[in-house]
Amino acid sequence: MQKQKEKRERAGLRRLLVLALSFLKIGLFTFGGGYAMIALIQKEFVAKKKWVGEEEFLDMVAIAESTPGPLAINSATYIGYKAGGVWGAAVSTLCVCIPAFLIIYLISLFFDAFLQLTLVNYAFKGIQVAVVFLILNAGWKMLKQMKKNAFNLILFCGVFGCLVGFSVFAVDFSTLFYILICGACGLAVYLTVLVAKRRKARSEPTMQGNAALSEKTKDVPEKTEQNGSVEEETDASRQGEPQKGERTPEKEGESK
Amino acid sequence: MICLDLFLIFLKVGAVSFGGGYGMISLIRDEVVSHGWMSEEMLMNLIAVSESTPGPIAVNVATFVGSSQAGVLGALCATVGVVLPSFFIILLIAAILRNLLKYAGVQAVLGGIRPGIVAMVLGTGLTMLLSTVLGFSSFGQGMSFDWRALVILVLLVVALFVFKKWRKHEPSPILLILIAAACGMGLYAIPI
Repeated sequence: MQKQKEKRERAGLRRLLVLALSFLKIGLFTFGGGYAMIALIQKEFVAKKKWVGEEEFLDMVAIAESTPGPLAINSATYIGYKAGGVWGAAVSTLCVCIPAFLIIYLISLFFDAFLQLTLVNYAFKGIQVAVVFLILNAGWKMLKQMKKNAFNLILFCGVFGCLVGFSVFAVDFSTLFYILICGACGLAVYLTVLVAKRRKARSEPTMQGNAALSEKTKDVPEKTEQNGSVEEETDASRQGEPQKGERTPEKEGESK
Repeated sequence: MICLDLFLIFLKVGAVSFGGGYGMISLIRDEVVSHGWMSEEMLMNLIAVSESTPGPIAVNVATFVGSSQAGVLGALCATVGVVLPSFFIILLIAAILRNLLKYAGVQAVLGGIRPGIVAMVLGTGLTMLLSTVLGFSSFGQGMSFDWRALVILVLLVVALFVFKKWRKHEPSPILLILIAAACGMGLYAIPI
């Protein structure tokens, strides 16, 4: 009995060690953003070790993309949990961060002195332009992918206008608020549509009959914008995310 | 207590940073500038280094900022802070609320945040562009046109198009950074 328990403990520890080493390696070799790391994780844990199934892996990517935090770190946490519980998650997350942490820390020690060199200083002046370019390029790509419905456009223009406007007029407004307000707007629109739908459903108990049908077609032109945006919201959030299982009750009602 | 500040602020950043590394940069820039930790220029230098080294850009920037303010302890506090919220959220989802993201209400909130993030990234890019090329930060603070910055920007755009035409894909960030570095060394050495 005691021996079995010890055996299990050792197997558990070994697994943690494997997780640690794997994620140290992954953390060291991932340049260029989270998706490169996803590929590495897939190769290591899905293809090679088979600790995670293919479908569950895709689910995990979808989750890691939608939650706050870098895709790479989220994936490590998730895989770690699947493979070794809470300790597994902790070890994986820690180890995936360690290489980058050490490298950056070491660089930071010399960075100021490095910048004192004139040529390096000039180089970094150029590099600053590159950073601006990369940020604008990333934003532009995100904009192209964004669905251009009324809801999205209104929020986009609102936040963009406020951000730039406040900045040039030196008004202090924490960017955190933009996120909270946007989230609240999303929820508000969803609840409004939900309430409107319930009200409509209650006033038309029977779905059959020409009377009900003609009333529906009357309502549809007005409602399409809102309905469309809810559908498109949920569609937009499904971009690249293979969502499995029961979707929202809305979707089932929508499929006419 | 600078370390506590760093921890709490990066905790906040880590909790609401959707939209990948660039979304987080927008938040980090806000915090860094409003706390006066470093100039925007210096932050951009950090961002460039963070893009060129392994690891997620957001975490690297946190480490770098933390280190610049309070050494190794600061780096630790900032990094732990930025990683902690998502760590717990993922654990929560993986262990208990497996279907959290499938609730329509949650999707609605995420759907609202999405356009906001796009706006934040582009907005931050634009304000940085104004300050880099036009030396403009806000009305009443004056401005100074930096022709070299404009030249480098144009060169980068050209590089992007040429690469896409020839190689059918975008140049890597590191390549663009190197091109810009080389141009910088050349152009800023010209004494006009």
